[in-house]
This record gives sequence, structure tokens and C-alpha cells, in this order.
Amino acid sequence: MTTMEHTLGASIARLESRAKVTGTARYAAEYVTDDALYAWPVPAGIARGEITAVHTEAAMTDPAVVVVLTHQNAPRLHPVEDRTLTLLQSSHIAHRGQYIALAVATSLEAARSAAGAVLVQYKADHHDVVLAEDHPGLYMPEEIDGLWPGTREHGDFDTVYATAEIRTDAVYTTPPMHNHPMEPHAATALWDGDALTVYDSNQGSVTVQHTLAQLFGIDAGQVRVVSEHVGGGFGSKGTARPHVVLAAMAARVVGRPVKLAVPRNHMPAVVGHRAPTIQRIRIGAGRDGCIQALAHEVVTCTSMVGRFVEAAALPSRVMYIAPNSRTAHRVTRLDIPAPSWMRAPGECPGMFALESAIDELAYVCGIDPVELRIRNDPQVEPDSGLPFSSRHLTECLREGARRFGWHERDPSPGTRYEGRLLIGSGVAASMYPVVILPSRAEVRADPDGHYWVRVNATDIGTGARTVLAQIAADALTAPLGYVHISIGSTDLPEAPLAGGSSGTASWGWAVHNACVRLRGLIEHSGGSVPAGGLSVSADTTEDVKSGQEYARCAFGAQFAEVQVDTDTAEVRLRRLTGVFAAGRILNARTARSQFIGGMTMGLSMALMEGSTMDPEFGDYAERDFASYHVAVCADVPAIEAHWIDEEDPHLNPMHSKGIGEIGIVGTAAAVANAVHHATGVRVRTLPIRPDTLLPHFA
Amino acid sequence: MGRTAVTLEINAQSCAFDLDNRTTLLDALREHLGLTGTKKGCDHGQCGACTVLVDGMRMNSCLLLAVALDGAQIITVEGLSSDAALHPVQQAFIDHDAFQCGYCTPGQICSAIGAITEAASGWPSAVTPQERPLGPVPLTAPEIRERMSGNLCRCGAYVNIVNAVTEAAEAVGEAAR
Repeated sequence: MTTMEHTLGASIARLESRAKVTGTARYAAEYVTDDALYAWPVPAGIARGEITAVHTEAAMTDPAVVVVLTHQNAPRLHPVEDRTLTLLQSSHIAHRGQYIALAVATSLEAARSAAGAVLVQYKADHHDVVLAEDHPGLYMPEEIDGLWPGTREHGDFDTVYATAEIRTDAVYTTPPMHNHPMEPHAATALWDGDALTVYDSNQGSVTVQHTLAQLFGIDAGQVRVVSEHVGGGFGSKGTARPHVVLAAMAARVVGRPVKLAVPRNHMPAVVGHRAPTIQRIRIGAGRDGCIQALAHEVVTCTSMVGRFVEAAALPSRVMYIAPNSRTAHRVTRLDIPAPSWMRAPGECPGMFALESAIDELAYVCGIDPVELRIRNDPQVEPDSGLPFSSRHLTECLREGARRFGWHERDPSPGTRYEGRLLIGSGVAASMYPVVILPSRAEVRADPDGHYWVRVNATDIGTGARTVLAQIAADALTAPLGYVHISIGSTDLPEAPLAGGSSGTASWGWAVHNACVRLRGLIEHSGGSVPAGGLSVSADTTEDVKSGQEYARCAFGAQFAEVQVDTDTAEVRLRRLTGVFAAGRILNARTARSQFIGGMTMGLSMALMEGSTMDPEFGDYAERDFASYHVAVCADVPAIEAHWIDEEDPHLNPMHSKGIGEIGIVGTAAAVANAVHHATGVRVRTLPIRPDTLLPHFA
Repeated sequence: MGRTAVTLEINAQSCAFDLDNRTTLLDALREHLGLTGTKKGCDHGQCGACTVLVDGMRMNSCLLLAVALDGAQIITVEGLSSDAALHPVQQAFIDHDAFQCGYCTPGQICSAIGAITEAASGWPSAVTPQERPLGPVPLTAPEIRERMSGNLCRCGAYVNIVNAVTEAAEAVGEAAR
């Protein structure tokens, strides 16, 4: 029986579809707990300094208010590595919006009102919150996000660049961006003696479990974290966030369940964000467009409470032939909220800069930008020298060009009018590395032919349940309807987070191994399952060490067409086509949705997203959806995602690469390059809003 | 704080409450009735996740005070389908994979039902041609995109949402004929 063609790769509808369209899928704040209290946090009103006094008397006048926690009466926490989580432990304030108190009441209305009535007095210190290219605090970090080295040098960039026939030199900037998943971070916490249960919105409950255990000084086995349905994360739920700590702390104090959902306008300050970048890219090339020297130098910022460094120069270590290269990061610590992961951290802002710079090089050389990328497509990874396990960037570029009708394009910029509209098209490459983490899984066979798969995977909207069931059905050669899958709880075998586009490969490998072994056991016992059933566990800690002798990445190409209104300078996307090479696609339906979803967020980044650090108050000015604009339905015309069949045996038993993030990588550059083609104006600062372009049409 | 007795008809069931006057319809549904299908995304009328149908009209339930709705008929996502059959919009959302994380989905579905009704009733949108015959507005893709733009989706399912609403609008239209 060959279920391969029928199950793995097939367009299977999400297993939780019905629950999600009928409203029965439960998210973290939706578990029924009759006696639950509500918590509402109080954010700090200064960017740096000390709390000198907290007055809670007014807040406590409403009898519905049970307690107001502050640094003076909150339970003591044990230290953890992430200092944003040791909440209410001291009077020190490290950034505006940091949680400094928590009102707990019998109703949401009373908790909110009480939080607003807490009066805090401060001794404010001078704060430093604005990133600048020449900030005196800039230093070169040894490690950047992903534990990669901050700086890499190959050959002699300075000499070769200085003597190159063609030289480009430009600075690209990206603003702070906010993840803003539709479900705000939320938790419901309840204690039973020293045992803690939290229903939490996160991308990986194991980390949350261990962090809570450490903070409260209890054994990890006493902490149960349930994350059955998660309303998006995009990196911001990758580790424990303040809400779950506060909910657990409050529940411990009041001896009742406590619910806490982060108010939307608190999110930019407490759940992480994409750090701003200033990226200088210099390219030295021959007249044939072949790159001889490449420098990608990133300036960015991090907070006083974290060490996250946006790894924006990483793509230049992977993408193109560059015998003489420098990829370097400088970072400064500011009195700002802690930046962290946002969908394709590093690659996403880095590829905006690199793919814009490549487009500029193509114009200077007079070479088609598709062709220029193909000429610089390396055989081995430029930085590591490792061979690629598979790399089909050229095929993606060619297939995308064909589908988009790229070759009918007149390359001259600023010449195609339709009435008052200028029309243009642009291309950019996409890239995201393969990450695979150790995972465990269990599968049990029942005599009636049903299989029960258990793995603590998290479905943040990716379709994890569905694809894991497909992997299991395929490995068991069983019909999908006989495979039952449990995910989203620390009661299940330990598994890594949904992050770094690693989920399906990591969880799926363990599920695959368990199922293959179970099938072997069943075959060994003559094809029947004994009355008590059969169970098998798998742990891929050793398996995932294979394949390290290759550079492993997914690649893609995106083609955008835009129209620019010459009166208002508004840019509108007309169409966007992406072609990806990401190993074997395991569920065509959910994969297409994920690619298109990433591209949609990339469009949003290109034209809308970005917040402003208020130098006076030390806070992001855009904290809600009225001011922080994300793409809406009317902004999104025809977006198409396609893929090429890529066979790569050096990945995992499913031969798959991660697809959760690559869709957002390169989109902004494709749009910016299209804006240049339409108008002749090179925009190197995101987002491309009318106020950026309008001065050029005067 | 002041409290008021109020009776709402929710999914065809009469529900009497004694509510804190500050309670929004959204919080009444989620925290008092356990109808958590209606989602809180922003609590400020900016995301549409809390969209429900109030006397047949789509509204952001986070912007409505429950005590001001005495006697109103409210339909939430839980009231759209029977055990046997999904509403055509719900089915179309599944068929077109018009969601990923699912958090905006109940609001999108209620909003789509409201939009289909509005178009059928001849209500124009910002993209409806000024010169047009009276009567129902055809739900073209640009009409759907415009009318569904009050419902944010961060996973980026808009392309599939438009396809789902297009198909559902046809199904609803046929059922009405």
C-alpha cells in the first residue's frame, strides 16, 4: 500500500478546521475556571530610573479588587537568564512600559480600573533610546542571534573593493517592527499546592515550563503548560513572556486561578519586537556583474535587559559568490524594550538591504537583475565553504520570471504611465536556513487499527497537527483517519518550539521514527496488534546531528508589480509571485497558505509597518492597530506562491525544509525594487509610505 | 460600580444578566456566558476579531456596552451552525484554507456574513461605482477586499479569505433565490 502519494504532500484540510470556524478551539484565556480572577498589569511611566513610591490605596477602594502586587509585596522569584521575566522584584526601571505592578480583581472591569488607579512616583534618570550610526555605545558583539559570530572576513575586502571596476555603496534602514499576533499574549494560571498549571499562549511550552519552574523554585515536573491553540506568534511567543509569570505569581498569592491577557497597546513594550537596523552595503564587481568584494555592515540596538542582536548580515554569508567579504555587526545598548525574534529575524531585514543592493548593482552594470543573481550563484556556501545540500535559487528565479512574464519587461526606470500611475516591477531572492532540533515522540497502536501519536508540538497556525498526522500516516502506511494526534501540552513527550522554521522537521522526524519502528514491531508480530496495544518512543537527539557537512537552506525568488500614484505618491502592490525551493512540500494546501502568509507580511513590511521611538518619552509611538498599520484585505491583490520539486536527501526522513519564514524574506526588496523601476527613485528606508516618495515628484 | 439588569437574546436564547455597566458585549459573551468563540484582539475596534451580528448587522462587540443592548438579538460564531451543517461561509473558510492560527476567524466569518447581507441589500462600499443600477451590489474581489478590510489577519490569509467569501456569497445568493 503506497500512501506516500495520498498522504504526504497531499492537500489535506487542517484537522482543527471545524473547531476554528465554529469558535470551539480554545486559546489560553478561554479555559473555563469558575472562580478565576482577572489581572491587569501596570506599565512603567518612565524609561529609566527608580520607583520611589507606589500608592495602591485608591486602587483598593473597590471591593472587587483582591490585591495589587508591586515590587514591595510580590513573591520573590529566583533569577533566570531572561531578565525581562524577574518581574516586580526591584524598584529599578529599565524601559518604559516595563510591568511594575499588577491589579487582581474579581472582574476584568475592576482589574483594569484598579490598574489605572495605581499611583507611582519615580526618580527618573536621563534615558538614551535613539539608535544612531555614530552612537558612542556601539560595540562589536562576539555573537549575534543564532549564536553566529558577529564578524566574518574573507580575503581582502578593502583592497579589492578599492580597485573594482564597478563599486556600489549605500545605506539601507529598517524601522522597529512589531509582531502583533492576533491573539495577544495570555495565560490562565492555577496552583494546586506546589503544582502549577498554566494555559499559555506560546510557541513552545517546554521552555515556558522550565522557566516557570526556575522562577518559582520548583521542579519542572510540577509545572504543566497547555498550549492547545495559539493565535499566532511570529517569534514573539518563542519563550516565556511577562504575562505568564505575572499570572502564575498572582495565582500563587490569591490562591485562585488568574487570567491575564496583555492589552494590545502594551505589547510593543513587553513581548519583543524587531530591532531597527542601519545597514551599509558595499559591492565591488566587474563589468560583467560578477561580485569580487562585498561588505555588509549592520548597526543595530538592543536593550539593557537582554542581549539579542539582530543578525542582519547573515544573508551575505550565504547568498552570492564573494571571494573578498566582510560581514559585521555593531550594536548599542539602549534604555528600550527588549528586541527579540520576529519572523525571519536577521534574514528578513538583512535581505531587504542585500537584495536592494544587488538590484542597484544590476542597474549600474546594465545587466538584468535575474541574470546578475544567476551569475553570482555560488557552488558552495561562501562563508563556510561547505557544499549546499541542495540549492535551486537559479531555478526559482527562472521559473518565477517565466510565470511573472518578467522577460517582457522594459528595464528602463520611470517610463511606464497609466494615466497618473507609474508602473514597475522588481525581483528579489528569498533564503532561510534549515534548522532541526532534537525531539521526542510516542505512538501507540490499538488492536482496532487506530494509532495515537503524542508529541509536544505547538500549532501556531502552521498546520502542525495536520502535517504530523500525515507524516505518521505515511510512516505507518495507515489511512489518515486512523491516526489521532495530541500536541500542545507538557504532558506529552518533550519537543522543541515552533520557531526558526524548524517545527515540522524536528517533530516530524521523531514522529516518523516512532511510527516506522512501530510498523516494524507490528510486522514482526505477524501484522496484528496485541490486546494491550503496542507503544514506541523515539528521540532524535542523535539523528539530528547528521547532515552538518552541508550548508542547508531553502531558497526562493519573488517578483512584484507595483503602481505608484504620481499625485499622492501612494504605492499599491498589483501582483506578487513567489517560487520557492524548500525540499519536499508535505501539505500543498497549508504550505501554500504559509508562503502566501509570509509574502503578505513582507508586503506589509515594505509599505506600512514601522514604529517610531519617541525620544522624549522613550517609548514606541505606534502601539495599536490604528497607528501601527499592517496590511489589510484591500492591500493584498493577487499573491501567488509556487514551488519547484526539490529532492534533498541530507535533511530528514521527510526530505523537507522549513517554510514558515522564507515567505517574508525578500518581499520588501522586491517591492522596493519595483518602486525604483516604476519611478526611478531608489528608496532605501522602510516602509515606503507616501511621505517618503512625495518629495521626489515635486 | 453601577450595575444594570439586561436581557440579551444570544444565538436565539434569552440571557438575563446583572452587569457592571462598564461591561462590553465582548466581555459579557466571553467572561459571563463562556462564549469564547468571539475573540478579543485589540479591545479598541481596530482589528475586527470580536465581530458579531447585532440585529443582523456586523458590529465590533468590544465597542458596545452590553447594558445598552437590552432586547437586541445577537448572533455569535457559536450560533451560525447546527451540529449537522456548517454555515456556507464556515464551510468555504475550510475549503479555501482561509485561516491559519484561527484567532481572527470567527470575526472574519461573522463579518463576511454581514458583508454579504449588506451587498445584497444594495449598500455601496468605497469601491462601488457611483453610477450603477439600484439593487444588490455584485461581490467582486475588489468589493470583498474593501468590505473585509475591517478584519485584520496577521497570518496573511487574505487571498484565501477573498476566495472563500466569493464562493460563500454565491452559495448564500443561490439559497436565497
